[in-house]
Amino acid sequence: MTLLITVIAAAVCTVIWYKNAPDDKFKVSTLCFMFWGASLMWFVDAVFEYAELKAAYFTPAPEDMLNDTFLGLSVIALALVIWIAILLIKDPKKVLRKDK
Amino acid sequence: MACFIVPAAEAIVVTVAEKALEKKNSSAQVKLPAGEEKTEQVSKTGFVSKLKWLRNLLWGGCILLTFEHLWHGEIVPWFPFLTAAGDPVAKSEMLHEMATVGVTMAIVVTVAWIIMVAVSTAVEKKNAASKRAREK
Repeated sequence: MTLLITVIAAAVCTVIWYKNAPDDKFKVSTLCFMFWGASLMWFVDAVFEYAELKAAYFTPAPEDMLNDTFLGLSVIALALVIWIAILLIKDPKKVLRKDK
Repeated sequence: MACFIVPAAEAIVVTVAEKALEKKNSSAQVKLPAGEEKTEQVSKTGFVSKLKWLRNLLWGGCILLTFEHLWHGEIVPWFPFLTAAGDPVAKSEMLHEMATVGVTMAIVVTVAWIIMVAVSTAVEKKNAASKRAREK
């Protein structure tokens, strides 16, 4: 579930980035890289888990699924916070660091 | 358990390499012909910016995976930081996971980056060729 949520977030971010490309003023590409990087890593983790559990991998316990959903949403929230921090530090619109 | 440590180590190496290349490129000076003293800076190569893609993929993935490990209680904010490091059996399991899952994660991310670089280079070459054809 975490992998699924992260892949969806990565796809949405990529579409937003592509819509504005080549302009990347708001550093959406950073968010894309973060989500795609995590998606690839969790995909590898999922493949290893599938090799171990076989078909049982696709029928998780409801409690585990709920926990994974919360984790996926928390991961998105964390990535957004990191992205906002990067955006404010870089300050592309020069709102926080106006040249005098 | 601690699979993200392998891509994190790769991320550190890539960041160091990228900074070194950036420094080398920015400090590279080209002497003008005919004994002129004036020098000019060489523009950044595309490779450094492409290396940033790999850096961002690795760091981004590692940060989010670190959070996942914190969530599952596999990392703690006190020494030895990894809960598995305290128990010898869990420790060997952790090292096995790092050697299998961790290494595969690093390889998969790097292969994805190589594909991105190859596609981007091919597109750049195609665009340059069509631009040259239009100019003729």
